[in-house]
Amino acid sequence: MAASETRVLLKDLDLTGPRDLDSYRRMGGYQGLAKCLRQFTPDRVIDEVKQSGLRGRGGAGFPTGVKWGFVPKTSPKPKYLVCNADEGEPGTCKDRVLMQYNPHSVIEGCLIAAYAIAAHHAFIYIRGEFSEIAEILERAVQEAYRAHLAGTNILGTQYSCEIIVYRGAGAYICGEESGLLTSLEGKRGNPRNKPPFPAVEGLYRAPTVVNNVETLACLPSIMRNGAAWYASLGTEKSKGTKLVPVSGHVRKPGVYEIELGKITLREIIADLARGVREGHTIKAVIPGGSSSPILSADQLDVPFDYESVAAAGSMLGSGAIVVLDNTVDMVEFALRLAKFYAHESCGQCTPCREGTRWLVEILNAIHEGRGHPDDLETIQKLFETELTSICLLWSAVVMPVRALIEKFPEEFRTAIARGTPDFSRMGQPGSPVSVLAE
Amino acid sequence: MPTIAEAAAEEARAILHRLPNRHSSSIPLLYLAWKTCAWLTPAALEEIAALTGLSPATVEGIAGFYTMFPLHPRGKYHIEICDNISCYINGAPDLKNHLRNKLGIEFGQTTSDGRFTLDHVECLGNCCEAPCMQINGKEYGRLTVQKINEILDSLD
Repeated sequence: MAASETRVLLKDLDLTGPRDLDSYRRMGGYQGLAKCLRQFTPDRVIDEVKQSGLRGRGGAGFPTGVKWGFVPKTSPKPKYLVCNADEGEPGTCKDRVLMQYNPHSVIEGCLIAAYAIAAHHAFIYIRGEFSEIAEILERAVQEAYRAHLAGTNILGTQYSCEIIVYRGAGAYICGEESGLLTSLEGKRGNPRNKPPFPAVEGLYRAPTVVNNVETLACLPSIMRNGAAWYASLGTEKSKGTKLVPVSGHVRKPGVYEIELGKITLREIIADLARGVREGHTIKAVIPGGSSSPILSADQLDVPFDYESVAAAGSMLGSGAIVVLDNTVDMVEFALRLAKFYAHESCGQCTPCREGTRWLVEILNAIHEGRGHPDDLETIQKLFETELTSICLLWSAVVMPVRALIEKFPEEFRTAIARGTPDFSRMGQPGSPVSVLAE
Repeated sequence: MPTIAEAAAEEARAILHRLPNRHSSSIPLLYLAWKTCAWLTPAALEEIAALTGLSPATVEGIAGFYTMFPLHPRGKYHIEICDNISCYINGAPDLKNHLRNKLGIEFGQTTSDGRFTLDHVECLGNCCEAPCMQINGKEYGRLTVQKINEILDSLD
């Protein structure tokens, strides 16, 4: 029997236009918020979310309730809730579906989280390129204000919270939570050293929780139906459902919703996304966004949950699956990935700023038939600096490129052997930059 | 060229009023200046510095950090085609070449009649519609050479 979806976030969603406030409320919308504000203390909300087992859906998979619990209750500073809507990890296009078609689920989620951490400001930081979606969100926020679901005395209670939609302007690094916060402070989006973590010192140096769109959109149904209901979905450690955008060489690309651990990567690709194009075979699969190490075609029977994908040597990450068929040249693919990260490095830390550019230069030389016999060794040496930067951007390219070389070493060796080594290229000023400018 | 204060004083005030910290207004004000002045002129950057209390150099640094902000005039239609992984393996390189040939310009350039500016962008977050592009922020997906021709022909 073909495997199927389990829809909670995408339940009954009409993918032709945004669900307005009236229809959202008819379907039980804002009942979860009402329950929180009228029946639960903020601590009780945090407990419920801890019991639900909900984990961050942005990539790290950290337990949401635990993250909220790090906010110091005694701090005299204001607290802030920030929704990370800077969806930019290549392959990832799931949060946009929630914001585009069910914006109130995101807004209600923001309000529940803000109430739990005693914040009176909730920011939705949305990437600049989503201009059409930002307008949808903005209209939904206005609807919420008019219905007393945002602003002062929400639903007639003592609780007040402002919601502000803030647009980024084209920088992948602002998806990293501390980079996002510096951007929200109106600066260049340079990440900051951790600790202190945002829960202690975040936006304007005040306690801040940053949660992904999908994480927040899970909250209304958790509060409405109870933690036990949510925890009954998924596995022991990976609870609930997950949105999985499937793109690349599949016949039916799309954003699907699955119960964690109850379906394998192979089933998602074959049964939901209808497999690869006629006459082609799967070569490899990225299981969790471009930063996650690639899996080879014989590793696809892994159940799709945090632990199983990690045990297979990769990570669930954002859940974004990119399928590569047998036509893909892995050297070229690694080069394309490396160029992206080199372009998006904020430039603060030397290992990342220089490392990404050197990696592009070396991979480009291999791709163009100018590779050295010792290039792969040089790359490995470069990778030793993986964890020496403020944030994980450099690591985010080291992980997938290392996996590509490990899984497909022959392609790299053949490409190097095929060409004529160019011994004049190393260290030429400006050469990596000229490659990037292409 | 009208200043922000002349063209959009109300909007500028609303931005400054809405955010809890004046510095946070820099990015929304850069958007406002882009809308009112068509690109981020040195005068507009100076004005934002005065409004936010940031130094002109800081504002310039912010504007330069975010790739969407135009520090030079752009054509009437700004074409941004994605060639990140999902688009790349679905034919984006050929589509990029097609756009270059059709418009007769390189990436980063504007046609001499000022109609089109051509850029390639990193992942637009629309991977299930790959290959995709945006023109003046409007999204187009599942592109083919033919579809690109139809889209460009439909622009006035």
